[in-house]
Amino acid sequence: MDHLAYLGVLLFCLCGTAWLEVALRTRVYRRWHRLVLSIAPVVVVFTLWDKYAIGRGHWWFDSELITTVRIWSTIPLDEVLFFIVIPICAVLTFEAVRSVTGDEAGDELSTPSSASPR
Amino acid sequence: MTYTQLSVVGVLMAICLDIFFFRTRLIRRSLFWKSYAIIVVFQLLTNGVLTGYRIVRYDGNAIIGPDAPINSAPAFVGAGRIAFAPVEDLLFGFSLVLLTLVLWVWLGRIGIGRTPVSGPPRAFMRRLMK
Repeated sequence: MDHLAYLGVLLFCLCGTAWLEVALRTRVYRRWHRLVLSIAPVVVVFTLWDKYAIGRGHWWFDSELITTVRIWSTIPLDEVLFFIVIPICAVLTFEAVRSVTGDEAGDELSTPSSASPR
Repeated sequence: MTYTQLSVVGVLMAICLDIFFFRTRLIRRSLFWKSYAIIVVFQLLTNGVLTGYRIVRYDGNAIIGPDAPINSAPAFVGAGRIAFAPVEDLLFGFSLVLLTLVLWVWLGRIGIGRTPVSGPPRAFMRRLMK
């Protein structure tokens, strides 16, 4: 069970934000294609950073508290999942605040500066 | 480069992408800062678990703070740490969050997944928030 410690933190993050999709109608998971396209470059960039940092010894992990799966030989699976889960939480929070406050993000159709729809 | 240097570069790159490349200019919007204020609280909480239980540890040569003690948790605050985590993690998290939201908003601007839009909150939530 110890090996699931890191994953447990990620699960907490997912559960802690998932209710926003229902209660505040954030419609983030509903727009999953936009979500996937937003997160994919982030995963690539931060996985590269992680690879470098692990290689240089900037940080390391307690092998008892993470899964045994390694991506690209050195990166714990937990880390790659982190770079997926945290962006999902960030977008859900962002859209939750927008739902409550009505503040604009700049991607609204009515915004003059936004790109014209096809 | 050290983690300290990279974390500063990461923030500057994310801001440059926001202002000059994608022109989303999120750092000039209150919506972004309200969201980040919430996110950073939960970052301190969850990252505090990851670092306090030493699931992840850091090389004292790569961060502002010193090496953490081997057999106990690092400092809660001080010695270059906040809620057990190196202060660099705040910059790392900021660039992670900003880059994600820049891409999210930019995709919306070019018409990908712009609708259905967020909100309004369900009625029971509106009653709770009154």
